[in-house]
Amino acid sequence: MSDATNASSALLDVRDVSKAFGAVEVLRSVSLQVKRGEVVTVIGPSGSGKTTLLRCVNFLESYDSGSIRIDGREVGYREAGTRQRRSERDLAAMRAETGMVFQSFNLFPHLTAAGNIMLGLTKVRGKSQSEARKAAEHWLGRVGLAHKADSLPAELSGGQQQRVGIARAVAMEPKILLLDEITSALDPELVGEVLAVVRSLAEDGMTMLMVTHEMAFARDASSRIVFMADGGVSAVGPPKEILAAETSNERLRTFLARFRASHF
Amino acid sequence: MLSQILYALPFLAQGFAVTLWVSLLVVVLSLIVGVLLGVGLVYGPAPLRWVVRIFSDTIRGIPILVLMFFVYYGLPATGLHLPSFWAAVLALTLFKTAQVVEYVRGAVASIPKGQSEAAMAIGLTFSQRLTSVIFPQAFRRFLPPWINGVTDAVKGSALVSLLGITDLMQAINQVIGRTYEAMPLYILGALIYFAVNYALSLASRRLERRFAFIRE
Repeated sequence: MSDATNASSALLDVRDVSKAFGAVEVLRSVSLQVKRGEVVTVIGPSGSGKTTLLRCVNFLESYDSGSIRIDGREVGYREAGTRQRRSERDLAAMRAETGMVFQSFNLFPHLTAAGNIMLGLTKVRGKSQSEARKAAEHWLGRVGLAHKADSLPAELSGGQQQRVGIARAVAMEPKILLLDEITSALDPELVGEVLAVVRSLAEDGMTMLMVTHEMAFARDASSRIVFMADGGVSAVGPPKEILAAETSNERLRTFLARFRASHF
Repeated sequence: MLSQILYALPFLAQGFAVTLWVSLLVVVLSLIVGVLLGVGLVYGPAPLRWVVRIFSDTIRGIPILVLMFFVYYGLPATGLHLPSFWAAVLALTLFKTAQVVEYVRGAVASIPKGQSEAAMAIGLTFSQRLTSVIFPQAFRRFLPPWINGVTDAVKGSALVSLLGITDLMQAINQVIGRTYEAMPLYILGALIYFAVNYALSLASRRLERRFAFIRE
């Protein structure tokens, strides 16, 4: 970005976001910034609010207070402070600016791999069928599935389905990509092919916010790691710092020790 | 005997046309209203959901014959006088609509939440999500019970004869009244109803195969 004010401010700016499901506080005053081109990974024990935070960023989940801005625009609500939801049309347009990849892929089973990618391009971006098809083929090529354009999701392996899921999200050319435990539902031998795709997107400068349990990947691919515990941000820093065994943060030390004990 | 039946055929054909016309009206009207109310039942605001729920539960709990007599003989007390044909169509449509509502609700509810979320995430609006993602998938689950319901509607249309409408059933009864050939004429009637419904279920099977894109 050439604009100096834009360059200094974060692309994603989460401030003091809180959310409760009934009496359970799932997010407690969470703040988090992601700059353009950054890859930020959220780690933490299950139930710490990682996925909920991610789902708030594209407003699949509403939040009770605080503000989430993407490129300076408030997500979900008309203005920070008010709880007045944006219109359905506005929300849809906002969501088109964020890509999301899901743990359970959520491909549309009635559409081919190419059809899954083309749907948003034609309906939301207003591209013609042939333009959308070209874009779909381009992105399928990027994820190594050019030969599977006309396959239905049911004909693809889990790893292939998830790569189509990634292609569907990035084909919309979102400002930021949200990855929600995208390898958790995969057989171990299929994890690598999906992470390789994410890595190559990161190298191309795609801004990403991801939740993952793949610590080695988080360490190698992230600009920064956010450690969440009990619905709050407990630690933020570069991977080396956060994943160091001798960290002074006790919650984080326990989490990492448990993680190492179960994975090595 | 054969000559008497042959002589009656044009009359029976007229009755059959009425049967088809009643069935078509009931099936099309109940499909339109039922899909709208069914979507309202799944996605609508609470008051709309209650109204649809009460409508559906009430109508499905009443014998269709009671409903038909109520509309024809009961409603005039409120000042609404319907000709027997339209009273019959209205009653059968109400009944069928309540069923369609349930088929739609069941079919839409069977689509995993992740499908809506994935559709939201790429920026589709509510109506785009319905038409491009939810309905194409729900259609396959909606189809078998609905076709079943269509055959029920064709068979059920015979009830309109009780309001004096000359459908196939009534025509057969009248011919029997003249000829006393009950056995062959009821067999003929049964064959005609059967032929229509068998054709429908064949068409349904073909459609289902065409939409069998999800392996389960």
